[in-house]
Amino acid sequence: MFGIKQDFICELPKKYYTLSDYEKGVARWCPGCGDHAVLSSVQRLCREEQLPPEKTVFVSGIGCSSRFPHYMNTYGFHGLHGRAFPVACGVKFRRPDLNVFVITGDGDCCSIGAGAWIHAIRYNMDITTIMFDNQIYGMTKKQTSPTSRLGTISNTHPTGSVLPPVNPLQTSLGMSNVSFVAQTADWVPGHLFATIKAAYEHPGFAFIKVIMRCSKFMGPLVEEMTTNRDAISILTHENGIQPDEGTLKAYKHHHVHDPSDINAARELAEDKEVSYLGLFYQNKEALRYDIYGAHNLGFTPEDKIAAVNAQLDKYAV
Amino acid sequence: MKDGNGSLATPSPKISNRLTLKEHILEIVSDSGEGAQKAGQTFGAVSAKMGNGVWTVEIIPADIQPPPRTKESASGIRIRFGSGKITNAGDEADMLVAFNEIVPYTRIDQNAYREGTIVLIENKWGTDESKEIRESYSRAIQDFHDRGFVVYEIPMEEECLKLTPNPKRGKNMWVLGMLSHIYGRDMEKAAAQVGYIFRSKSKAVIDANLQLLQAGYDWARDNLDLCYEVPSPASEEELVVMNGNEALSFGIQAAGIELCSMYPITPATSTSHHLAECIQASGGIIHQAEDEIAAVGFAIGASYSGKTSVTITSGPGIALKTEFLGLAVMAEVPLVVIDVQRGGPSTGLPTKVEQSDLLAVLYGQPGDAPKVVLAPSTIEECFHFVILARKIAESFRMPVILLSDANLATGVQPFPRPQLREEWLAPPVDQSPWKEGAKPYGWDEKTGLSHRPIPGQAGGEYTLTGLAHSEAAKVTYLPEINQKTAALRSLKLATFGRTLKPPQVHGDEEGDLLIVGWGSTRGAIEEAVSRAQEKGLKVSSVHLRFMSPLEPGLKDIFKRFKKVMTVEINYSDSLDDPMITPENRRYAQMAWMLRAHTLVDVDCFSNVYGQPLRPGKILARIQKELDNL
Ligand SMILES: Cc1ncc(C[n+]2csc(CCOP(=O)(O)OP(=O)(O)O)c2C)c(N)n1
Ligand code: SF4
Ligand SMILES: [Mg+2]
Repeated sequence: MFGIKQDFICELPKKYYTLSDYEKGVARWCPGCGDHAVLSSVQRLCREEQLPPEKTVFVSGIGCSSRFPHYMNTYGFHGLHGRAFPVACGVKFRRPDLNVFVITGDGDCCSIGAGAWIHAIRYNMDITTIMFDNQIYGMTKKQTSPTSRLGTISNTHPTGSVLPPVNPLQTSLGMSNVSFVAQTADWVPGHLFATIKAAYEHPGFAFIKVIMRCSKFMGPLVEEMTTNRDAISILTHENGIQPDEGTLKAYKHHHVHDPSDINAARELAEDKEVSYLGLFYQNKEALRYDIYGAHNLGFTPEDKIAAVNAQLDKYAV
Repeated sequence: MKDGNGSLATPSPKISNRLTLKEHILEIVSDSGEGAQKAGQTFGAVSAKMGNGVWTVEIIPADIQPPPRTKESASGIRIRFGSGKITNAGDEADMLVAFNEIVPYTRIDQNAYREGTIVLIENKWGTDESKEIRESYSRAIQDFHDRGFVVYEIPMEEECLKLTPNPKRGKNMWVLGMLSHIYGRDMEKAAAQVGYIFRSKSKAVIDANLQLLQAGYDWARDNLDLCYEVPSPASEEELVVMNGNEALSFGIQAAGIELCSMYPITPATSTSHHLAECIQASGGIIHQAEDEIAAVGFAIGASYSGKTSVTITSGPGIALKTEFLGLAVMAEVPLVVIDVQRGGPSTGLPTKVEQSDLLAVLYGQPGDAPKVVLAPSTIEECFHFVILARKIAESFRMPVILLSDANLATGVQPFPRPQLREEWLAPPVDQSPWKEGAKPYGWDEKTGLSHRPIPGQAGGEYTLTGLAHSEAAKVTYLPEINQKTAALRSLKLATFGRTLKPPQVHGDEEGDLLIVGWGSTRGAIEEAVSRAQEKGLKVSSVHLRFMSPLEPGLKDIFKRFKKVMTVEINYSDSLDDPMITPENRRYAQMAWMLRAHTLVDVDCFSNVYGQPLRPGKILARIQKELDNL
């Protein structure tokens, strides 16, 4: 790959990593919380891709979902509410050898972190982002989230929320230099895994919105989402995400969508009746800021001193 | 241009009838956009290159596009230069070049001139089409005479018109030429400097400016009786000349810091401009983030992954970075933060000097957030302190904040050329396997120090968190662990403090009055104190470089003086106000800290005029204090 210089190479005996090499502790999410499913899928991805744990970094913000890095036996950065993106981009900028993931929630990403989020899309660094969209603030006990549906009953809106929700897919698709936008759901494991894998393989900033179950605070919504299979349609295309047979059988509605067609993607993202699972948009050619960031790595001390001295000459008396 | 091959005719600058000066303070003031600053910066650089001591400060207009010929439009520069070392902008100016009769009033309001100040003023307004302007001009000239200024009316535009159809752009070079003759500047150096500042322009533009430069020089030679010499002592020492922001940029590179993550803000931005020009050639890169929060987050991300980074900003940006600074303290991430202070609160005085962020950086984070804070007091220290800051940040695994200010940012001063060393550079990122059994926060109980694993180090995997955590980086809310880890983070400051020496006293070790300063005011304070000492007054000063932890031995030093007073550029209540009592008085920031730290009744002399402190003002205050003692 580009720019990997001497100081990042370390010789290790070749080792085969098993699932348990990526597991750490017992996840403290509620039983029935969708977060567990994503954790298993990501650990499976790590094993399939044989990602060296020491070369893998999970960066998160604050929220139930953002506890994720603590359950991965890799490097992790559980930082500030809404600020996972700048940290992750800073990690990647001068360390192209690291596999960087961002784990964020709907409040973390689309509310407090919205500024950083849309700019991270534009930077298009090689980072895999998984946004856990449970349409509520779980951690702080049921406040309205920017993705809560209009009328959602919460502790900040006991008679129902009063604004239409943010549409994270549409927002992503509207950002310049967007390169990968997909949606999946935590209770469709085959599709979830296929989506995470496609995102990981994407050369650039991959944004996955995972429709999540918050069993603790959103019981009726969870019930509705997981039982009404007519409200879900699976996107299919040879250049799209290839889900397993089980998913395709369980969900009867399929829709052929070419992920290079951004206008069609925007129409699908606007659909109020149906949630499409699959790849909305992909552009592997979008400009990459991390390549720029790593373009001049590996200067020797002599190189550095010579360059500074040459510059100092111009200021010499 | 006198001859065909591009070199300028250079009459010997040492004309025998030149009056020798020890130093002079020159101001050039024009409407915004007429290039007074460029002329002055070039003059300062040439003087420094000739071996003079130099200090320059910019006079910055209030708005971006102020209407011309108004006080708001005054844009310019002050250059204090002399035979010896110059450490501050000084008192009233000796000479003023004014492009119209209105702009000097901005500076007159600030008491920038005195009886006898020589005024060289553009005379074209005296014959302007508009009666109003003609009258305004003659009124001002009369007023200048009444104030005791020595006025020379100069046909700047008329002379420039001989060479250029648009004298508004280029008059500044003609003025530079005129001043070069008056002060006997080396014209070869002047021409080289003009070539340098227009380096991105075409040869035609450079040549046109060189012609104006020479024309101004010739005109002064033939028409003015002002002829000075400011000798420069022969020095063997190799010098460089630059402003504080450029020195920071060089410091960043000499420290081997590979990433500067920033968001534009005056007066910090010019460091980023300089870095943008050269850091890629020295193996680094600059990231312009979407805001200051993202800028510091990005820097922390890079630091976490082994590339200790810098983020540079000013007051409003510090406010935004607060939460991340707390994280860097809590999670023990090395980071260099540069705050080029300006007037506050809020957007305040963007271009003016203040030292008002001290308490904000020290105590601005919720929770206890110990960190190292230091303040350079010279341009040279702007360079060296960045190198020091990175080392401290990495050794003590914490953010280090460097407090510069608008005065250092734009002040230009020569200093010994740094001899770059490999040991100043950041070491390569450690990618060796992590020591088995070692914890990510394996604190040493005595010092609070620990080693951190860096991504890529096999076996060191941990999840950094801003939540309370154990040695193993495990989230924990156990009361004992929280108390203990807070103590360990604080211990690092004590450990570092033990490596510091008591500050040197400028003057006698005991006496009547001790002045305490910090940051950019050192030159003005020490000049005032030296002048007081020459008068036989028992006054000394100390200048602090470390604000956190404070240098040791302060109480012992303070006890040897009858009175201790800080001199700072920030707000304090005046005891002259009838509402203010010693009990309700709000003290200047350093005084506030020192009172708490030493239990000595430290007084303060501070203000927020947005101006660099003048030695004369400090001297007057010293005198008053001693009279009252
Ligand atoms: C600056 C700041 N403001 C507020 C909080 C409190 N807070 C913690 S998590 C959270 C909301 C999290 O919601 P979401 O991102 O949807 O994550 P979830 O818990 O639902 O997974 C809030 C408001 C905080 N930690 N920091
Ligand atoms: S509160 Fe909701 S989101 Fe949080 S762990 Fe429980 S189920 Fe999951
Ligand atoms: Mg949520």
